[in-house]
Amino acid sequence: MAEKLLRIENLIKSYDNLTVLNGINLEVNQGEVVVLVGPSGCGKSTLLRCINGLEPIQNGAVRLEDEVIQHGSKNLPDLRQKIGMVFQSYELFPHLTVLENLMIAPSKVQKRKKEEIKREALELLTRVGLADKANQYPRQLSGGQKQRVAIVRALCMHPEILLFDEVTAALDPEMVREVLDVMLELAKQGRTMVIVTHEMQFARAVADRVIFLDGGKIVEEASPDEFFDAPKTERAKKFLNVFSFERVENK
Amino acid sequence: MSWEFIGKYMPMYQRAAVLTLKIGIIGIAFAILVGLMSALVLYYKVPVIKRIIKMYIELSRNTPLLVQLFFIYYGFPKIGIRLDAEICGVVGLAFLGGSYMAEAFRSGLESIDKIQEESALSLGMTRFQVMRYIIFPQAIATSVPAFMANVIFLLKETSVFSSISLMDLMFTAKDLIGLYYKTTESLFMLVMFYLIILLPVSLLGSLLERRLRYAGFGN
Repeated sequence: MAEKLLRIENLIKSYDNLTVLNGINLEVNQGEVVVLVGPSGCGKSTLLRCINGLEPIQNGAVRLEDEVIQHGSKNLPDLRQKIGMVFQSYELFPHLTVLENLMIAPSKVQKRKKEEIKREALELLTRVGLADKANQYPRQLSGGQKQRVAIVRALCMHPEILLFDEVTAALDPEMVREVLDVMLELAKQGRTMVIVTHEMQFARAVADRVIFLDGGKIVEEASPDEFFDAPKTERAKKFLNVFSFERVENK
Repeated sequence: MSWEFIGKYMPMYQRAAVLTLKIGIIGIAFAILVGLMSALVLYYKVPVIKRIIKMYIELSRNTPLLVQLFFIYYGFPKIGIRLDAEICGVVGLAFLGGSYMAEAFRSGLESIDKIQEESALSLGMTRFQVMRYIIFPQAIATSVPAFMANVIFLLKETSVFSSISLMDLMFTAKDLIGLYYKTTESLFMLVMFYLIILLPVSLLGSLLERRLRYAGFGN
């Protein structure tokens, strides 16, 4: 049986009177790719932020290998090193070059040797086709390039799990592909990933399991083929219909 | 205009300029320190201390330096604190400048998007590391124009030091006018010396601004 890497138990998250996540139970196995889909405002992104301890939660627990992730707790920086996160808006550090962006956390946080980090960073940059950008600043890159750098930056920390928060939502269609290709490659390598996305075809291609969230609850949980071909709940059917178009007749 | 007079009293102006610069530099250095600490307190919203800092900023910005100096120089001895005139000048400048610097740094810190912090946190950085490596360097770059304007403003404010009997440039000029009635020469030298001090600062400021702007900032 596969090892459980991430365990979320009865997670409740609310802002004042608004309950955003209402009793989420989710386990992610080592090497598994879980894709979260759902209408906007359903709590997908909030769930990712809770996994990373960026949000305080009102009830339940998030555990990474039996260690509790809790907003504001002392060991959070250590735990976060094991969790790579990629944001929709890239969030590269604009005052640092691409290479410096990649190296700053491994060198300052993990205190690894500069030479070793640099070698690894350049190797990963080459893998995503950006070796020639190492000494440029983020503002000189396109959105797709920035996002690939952001993924590499997360990888440089040797995380055990990667979280992707709508990483292609801000990109031009042509650039979406180059970022998704990098993620498909990571999936092939057996990385553990939790992905929030609106790219349904990509979700189908990459996911081991699809989680459909609505109203702060897990409404449906299935293999990608099952979910996309034969969704069980009405809510999921309605959601998926948004992505298909009827041919316009009598034009 | 008597060049002879100018030549004769040049050394007096030089000494006064050195004093003005000395107090100016030390005072501004302390102002930067006070400003940085105040800005960090405001940025992190430290309870209680935040209120004190806000009160200090309002008090400091809404009273003239001259009044502040009078308070320190003539008022403090009444409660048993007797300070040397030079130290009064430094304290006054730090008190006034601290609030202006605080506002400059605060606006810089607040211009950095919250999600930059989250992105750095998600890489496992501690709050201190996030400030030191990510937020602070970006904030400083944003603060530079306001910061340089403050430096120039504070250097000019030193001209009120003469009122607490510090022999600065203004004092020297007033002194010479009183003694010899050579108004044109005395004021000419006064203007020249202020320009000698302030023009390089101003040039340095615009140079720094340009450097930072082209160093690859902004998304």
